[in-house]
This record gives sequence, C-alpha cells and structure tokens, in this order.
Amino acid sequence: MAEFEPVLLANIRREDSHTLRVYEESGGYNTWKKVLQEWKPSEVIDVVKASNLRGRGGAGFPTGLKWTFLPKDHPGPVYFCLNADESEPGTFNNRILMEQDPHQVLEGLALSCYATGASTAYFYMRYEYPLAWERCQAAVEEGYARGYFGKNILDSGYSLDVYLHRGAAAYICGEETGLIESLEGRRAWPRIKPPFPAVEGAFRKPTVVNNIETAACVKHICEKGSDWFRSMGIPADPDNPRDAGSYGPKLYCLSGHVEKPGCYEAPCGITVWQLINEFGGGIRGGKQAKAAIPGGISMGLLTADEFDCPLDFASPGKYGCLGLGTAAVVVMDETVSMIDFLHNSCQFFAHESCGQCTPCREGTSWALKMLKRIKAGRGRLKDLELLLEIGDNIGIMPGTTICGLADGAAWPIKNAIRKFRDEFEDYIRRTNPEGYMETDPVPALEIIGVH
Amino acid sequence: MNENGNTTAERVLTDEMIAEIQKYLPRYPDKQAVTLPALHVVNEHLRYVPLQAVVEIAELLELHPSQVQDTLSFYGFFKQDRPHGETRAWVCRSISCHLLGADDLLEHLCERAGIQPGETTANGKLTLEYGECLGACEFAPCILANKTLHKCVSKADADAFLDSL
Ligand SMILES: Cc1cc2nc3c(=O)[nH]c(=O)nc-3n(C[C@H](O)[C@H](O)[C@H](O)COP(=O)(O)O)c2cc1C
Ligand code: SF4
Ligand code: FES
Repeated sequence: MAEFEPVLLANIRREDSHTLRVYEESGGYNTWKKVLQEWKPSEVIDVVKASNLRGRGGAGFPTGLKWTFLPKDHPGPVYFCLNADESEPGTFNNRILMEQDPHQVLEGLALSCYATGASTAYFYMRYEYPLAWERCQAAVEEGYARGYFGKNILDSGYSLDVYLHRGAAAYICGEETGLIESLEGRRAWPRIKPPFPAVEGAFRKPTVVNNIETAACVKHICEKGSDWFRSMGIPADPDNPRDAGSYGPKLYCLSGHVEKPGCYEAPCGITVWQLINEFGGGIRGGKQAKAAIPGGISMGLLTADEFDCPLDFASPGKYGCLGLGTAAVVVMDETVSMIDFLHNSCQFFAHESCGQCTPCREGTSWALKMLKRIKAGRGRLKDLELLLEIGDNIGIMPGTTICGLADGAAWPIKNAIRKFRDEFEDYIRRTNPEGYMETDPVPALEIIGVH
Repeated sequence: MNENGNTTAERVLTDEMIAEIQKYLPRYPDKQAVTLPALHVVNEHLRYVPLQAVVEIAELLELHPSQVQDTLSFYGFFKQDRPHGETRAWVCRSISCHLLGADDLLEHLCERAGIQPGETTANGKLTLEYGECLGACEFAPCILANKTLHKCVSKADADAFLDSL
C-alpha cells in the first residue's frame, strides 16, 4: 500500500484544514470554477458515470446512474439532499470529512447539484455532530461570501442555495426516504418505493440523495477524471454483468479491539487483515481475533477465519454478510461473547426501528427480549430457531418490510447464530441446565422478572 | 377561554424565538418543513418543548398542533414535562463503545451521580442518558455532553467530568 497517496484525506493533516483559506491553498474550488465555465451539466454526469463511482452511504448504488433517473426536462425544482445522518454503529468517516475538510464536501455537493440541475441543496446532518455542524455552517457562509454558492455563481447563470438541516437523534433519518419525510417536518417513516426519490422525493419533486463521502469522490472525479478513479480498486467481475466494480479510494473506519482505531483511506478492496495490521496496528493487547463486523453493524459478522475478505462491494456477500455497507470494521477479540454481541445488536435495532412495519417492529423487539432472556440464563435451544425465523423473515429481501433497517437487524442474527452456533448452544446449556430443552411457550417476561 | 374552550395559556415563545423560527421559512417550499428547526430553536432556549410551545409553533407554521406533536413525539429527543439538565450527556452504548466498557461506564456514572439513565440530578446540573453510536467509535468509549465530545473515557475521566459540572 506504500504507493497509495490519500486523496479524500489529503487535506486534513494541514493546520486549519477546515477553513476556506487552507482549502483554496491546495487548489480548492478550482474544479468548481472550471466546471462552471467549461462543462455542461451532462458532462459532469458523463464523467461520474464513466468512473463507475458507487454510492458510499451503504447501498453502493452507481451514482451516475442514479442521477440519470431524474425525469428529463423536468420544469423543476429538483432537490438535492446530502445525507449526513451517519448513524450506523461503527461509522465515522462522514464526521471526519465534515469536521476536517468541509469545503471538499461542499465542492463535491456543488458539482453534484450542477450535474443534476438542483438549485436547492438540503444538507441533512445528524444532531450528535456539534463540531461538524459548526464547521459546515461556517464553511457554507465562507462559500457564499466568496460567491461559490448563491445567485448566478461566478457569472455562470447557475444558482445554488445550500441549507443545513439538523436531525434529532434517530437512525432511521439516514434512510433516504425517512430523511425526506423528516426534512418535510414529519415523523421519519420511510416511504414505499417506487416512486423512487429521483421521480418523486422531497416536497414531491425529483430528488437526489447522496452520501457525504460520495460527494467528496465527485469532486476528485471531476478534477482528475474517470480513468484516474478507475485506476484503483477492484474491477468489475467480467462473468457478472450486474457487477459495477468497486473503484476509487475508500474511507475505512476501524474500531473495537485494535491498537490504533481510526479512519483510514485505501484503494477500495483491501482485506480485513490488511486494514487491521497495516493501519490498525494489529489486535489490541496481542490477543487473538474472534470476529469482525465488515461494514457497520447491519452487515453481519465475519469470523476471524474470514478476515481475508476483501472490503469491496461484492466480497462481503460471498462471506455470507449483507454487503460492504459503510465499510466500518469493528473488531472483536477472543474475549467477546457472541451472545453479548448479538444482544447489543438487537438492542440497537429494537431501539431504532421506526415501528411502521409490523415484522420489523415486533421482530426486533422480540429478538431483543429473547436475547435478554438467553443472557440472563433462561435461554432454550428452541430460541435459536425462533431467532433465525425472525432473521430469515424480516427485511426488504424477503419482502416483508418497507426499508432496509430490518435487513440490517436480521443479518447479525443470522450470521451470529449460524457462524457461532456452538457457542450459543453451549451457553444456553451451561446457564440453563434445567430448562434448555424446554419448548413450551415462555411466560411473560414481566412474570419472570427479566428486563 | 379560546375557541377550543381552553383557558388561554401564557405564551412560551419569546419574540426572539419567533424571529429565529421565521428566518427558516424562506428556505423551504412549505412551512411544515420548519417543524424540526422550530423545535430545535425552542429546545435550545428552554431545554424542553412544552405542549404550549407545540401549539404556538403550529400556529406559526399554519399546522394543527397534533401535526407538530406527532413529529416531536417520533424523536425521543425533545423532552416535554420539564427541562433537561444544564448538561445533557449521552453515554454511547453501541458496539464499539460496548466492547471497550461502555456499560460499566454508564453504571459508574449513574452510581456517582445518583440517578438512572434518563433522569436529571436534583440540582438540575446533569441529565444522563444512553445514546446509540455517536459516530466517534475511534474514541470508544465516549460521551457527548452538550457540545463536548469526551473521548476514550476512563472512570477517572468520568469522575472528573462529574466534578466539573
Ligand atoms: C436504515 C438505513 C439507514 C441509513 N443510513 C444512512 C446514513 O446515515 N447515511 C447515508 O448516507 N446513507 C444511509 N442509508 C442509505 C440511504 O438510504 C441511501 O442509500 C444513501 O444515502 C444514498 O447515497 P449514496 O448513493 O451516495 O450512497 C441508510 C439506509 C438504511 C436502510
Ligand atoms: S423496516 Fe423497520 S425501520 Fe424500515 S420502515 Fe419498516 S418498521 Fe420502519
Ligand atoms: S459505538 Fe460508540 S461512538 Fe460509535
């Protein structure tokens, strides 16, 4: 990895990297100026399409393709929502970009808006990022003052308003249609798709929702070209016409039991071991690794034997995980109980389910109740089947829920129990020697006093 | 008595708050979109959003109070019965923090502060809550207290934090 020079994180080591002055010293906004003077919006779309950039927000959808779903010659307005709700456990790369280099994000946002014909951008940021909020607000003001946003930008005839909008501590606001509902001032209940936001989104108008890191990538693609972007990463599988490849630089978040947790940039597709050893200084305290989350808790679990998994868009799926997600790797050492891990995961999803779909609302809360019971030494082997039944039956994939939160809740359940079955069974047998074979319905939790 | 038969309550929104809220109106194509910004404005000033504020926000945004209340109640964020403490601290309990001792940390804080998660100390200085991933997992276990992120918090750090309030 020695020859790789960070791109997205290039600026952040400079002092005052968050200010316009420092950003401009390293050529900041030159791309914006060039594009406004010399490119048609369609040319921005073309270069982003040619780059094969895939969205960094979790789903990996090709960005250029998403933009072309906007209706042609729509009278407008078209809206752009920049998704900075970043709440997936383990994930903090958007925060680093917003705190340390907000202008990079804003330049990418401006280019994306120009490409898509949006003249209003809503920058939706989770509440729990006070420093990012402050810095982005200051950066927007600096950008307006310098004429990079606002009316008739640099005499190009193009106008763009950028508004920050603050969430209120709910994970579901990161789901693109939940975000839109929240922006509109309602409860953040995701919408049934179609219609997709590109056709009918914010305020019932065509809308693009993109992630912060995606916007940052757009800036560099417009500056350095699509060939540069495609010169790194993992090429598309020629035998799979649906694989769009995994190109470009990628931000990886590393946390948990490693010596040096942090946000690291590498060509898309390094392996879990490379991330842990080359960047993270190895497993904490010289212990053995046991498991890792490959890309935010929603993606499921890899066992230590599976750490050769490349972190590109296609590979985690081949290891039984949901996908690359947010590329946030959380490492667990040999001391971690998988019962504890799964309890923590179920606790998160039961808390964050928006409650709109019965399978998700009930499934996540029952899974949590069962994990509590197992943890408290009242588990039964049958509970593992019940948990798997929930895991296999909630989500967009089986088609029982509106949004992907339920898939994210299901994957840790399925992976943890299927990949660590012996540990679950041993624990249940050991802690509930009298009742582990019990199959009768369990009395209400209130009665047995576990909660 | 007003048209709904209720005794007209004392106004909660100050002119300053109203002006702040109105500044948001031109940003959005409709007024309902100002709901969250308005709730935040009130919450910044009062540290809670009493029902009367909901009624007044609704009036400003030409909504029915139930629409504002519906949105508010979706987020566990806005308290309605009484203001939260001068410091509102979230102790992260999600996976990265959990792996590095977040549960013990929260328990320790509760014990030292003499309150349960969700409660406010009698002197009104501190509200302690658990939070889900604060997006600062490289600093696990962490606490967000008002605008300050406390990183890699040991029990000694937690004590120092409590003593500083
Ligand atoms: C439950 C849930 C939470 C999500 N949270 C986020 C988030 O915090 N940030 C984000 O960019 N995308 C999030 N997404 C993905 C968005 O729905 C959407 O795909 C993404 O913002 C599109 O941007 P991209 O194409 O640039 O990746 C979430 C999806 C789901 C199902
Ligand atoms: S799947 Fe869950 S989070 Fe998503 S809309 Fe349905 S209930 Fe809400
Ligand atoms: S898990 Fe605690 S900050 Fe992310």
